[in-house]
Amino acid sequence: MDRPQHPGAATPPEDAAVLVRGLHVRRGKLHVLRNLDFTVPSGSITGLLGPSGSGKTTLMRVLMGLQRFGTGEVIVLGSPPGTAALRRKLGYMTQSPSVYRDLTVLDNVRYFATLHGKSAAAAREAVEAVGLSPEARRLTADLSGGQFNRVSLACALVGAPELLIMDEPTVGLDPVLRAELWEHFRRLAESGTTLLVSSHVMEEARHCRQLLLLREGRLLAQLTPAELAGRGHNTDLEQAFLAIIQESGAEGTGREEARS
Amino acid sequence: MSLRLLGATTARVLNQIRHDHRSVAMILVVPSFLLAAVYFLFENETLSPGMPRTFDRVGLVMLAIFPFLIMFLITSVTMLRERTSGTLERLLTTPLGKADLLFGYAAAFSVLAAVQAVVTLAVAYWVFQLDVQGSPLLVGLVCVLNSVLGVALGLLCSAFARTEFQAVQFMPVVVVPQILLCGLFVARSSMNSVLEAISNVLPLSYSVEALQEIGRHSDPTGTLWQDLLALAVIALGLLVLASATLRRRTR
Repeated sequence: MDRPQHPGAATPPEDAAVLVRGLHVRRGKLHVLRNLDFTVPSGSITGLLGPSGSGKTTLMRVLMGLQRFGTGEVIVLGSPPGTAALRRKLGYMTQSPSVYRDLTVLDNVRYFATLHGKSAAAAREAVEAVGLSPEARRLTADLSGGQFNRVSLACALVGAPELLIMDEPTVGLDPVLRAELWEHFRRLAESGTTLLVSSHVMEEARHCRQLLLLREGRLLAQLTPAELAGRGHNTDLEQAFLAIIQESGAEGTGREEARS
Repeated sequence: MSLRLLGATTARVLNQIRHDHRSVAMILVVPSFLLAAVYFLFENETLSPGMPRTFDRVGLVMLAIFPFLIMFLITSVTMLRERTSGTLERLLTTPLGKADLLFGYAAAFSVLAAVQAVVTLAVAYWVFQLDVQGSPLLVGLVCVLNSVLGVALGLLCSAFARTEFQAVQFMPVVVVPQILLCGLFVARSSMNSVLEAISNVLPLSYSVEALQEIGRHSDPTGTLWQDLLALAVIALGLLVLASATLRRRTR
């Protein structure tokens, strides 16, 4: 896959792939996201972590331009979300696999390759990257759940996007494959791709350069895995996260926690 | 609009249908069986000399109704699947334009309708000796235009259904009135003024009139061209309306 190289591995804040200031999203009376402030540095993996229902998917949909937001400023790769020029630069993997069940694996990936102006060779590479080459000619409907998920992932990878937004990409995968995928994500980041990956498995936080901890629509912290372990006084990141949640609950809920 | 993306979408939709052998078989074969049923219904009618067979009148009109009905059903269900499976939302985050998607669908189902029209026309002409004055090519053209009409209506209606069950129930609402009022059962000129006014705005009325013109005249008439133009404009208008239902953003 040909991938655009971004000059400079270390990114100053103004060069952030995603910049969010005071983002607030309401659905009816429900406040889904409350005054979020954060940045996603380019060329690295950012983990979006939090329990289910914390607003991870809504946040990703805002960045993809699929969700209207009330107030706040959102800049994705230098443009407001949802602009036509952005659509060539983004890759999105939804939480439930969104691919065509009545197409073969390769035909699915090829279609998305064409939409992003990539070749059939790029489609085969993306299928290879998710370990589905032996299944390439099988009908997607006949695959197992984990394989199905990987077809969806391949469709997101094939466009060689500058920013890859993935909603729980490793859920339901076996440990070997999960390790392989994180290795693949790491290589993508090294070649300049920015990745925003959501997960509710804290163990996966180790693979990220920085973490966004979300809970009930609030950003508890933006920090590195090491800082998470330090702040939560535990090398087990799951325990550390629980400690931070308790701490934030004890201090009351407000915007103060929204900064690390 | 990009022809490459439109073409890729057409190929993808056709590829999806290709894997569904049962649907393909039904699309191609069922109209011929229904045509046979109509033929044998009127097999024993007594005709005064010079009177055309009822089959020539009804059979010809049925040629227009099949592609309309079948493509409406297929499209509304396929598009609904696209909406509910999340693939539509995903497509809208790619460089694919709404027009590429909708016209890609329309093109794919028109290809299917053209194949269906060839099969049904062949059966009508050679097995049942359908007597039509005009060119079979014009009959085929009306069939394909009708299928585009069915596709456009199906795309639009799928926006108002949440489940496939609901989508199918748009048929009695959208399709059946058109079949009743299109002039097949009662000539439109002998309807009461309200029904006639309604039938004047229903697209199927124009296809039936077009087919009747082709059936009666060996050369294309002015009325025929007007009807074809009306059909094309209505289909295009419906496609534009349908594209307005493809919203990128949710509240």
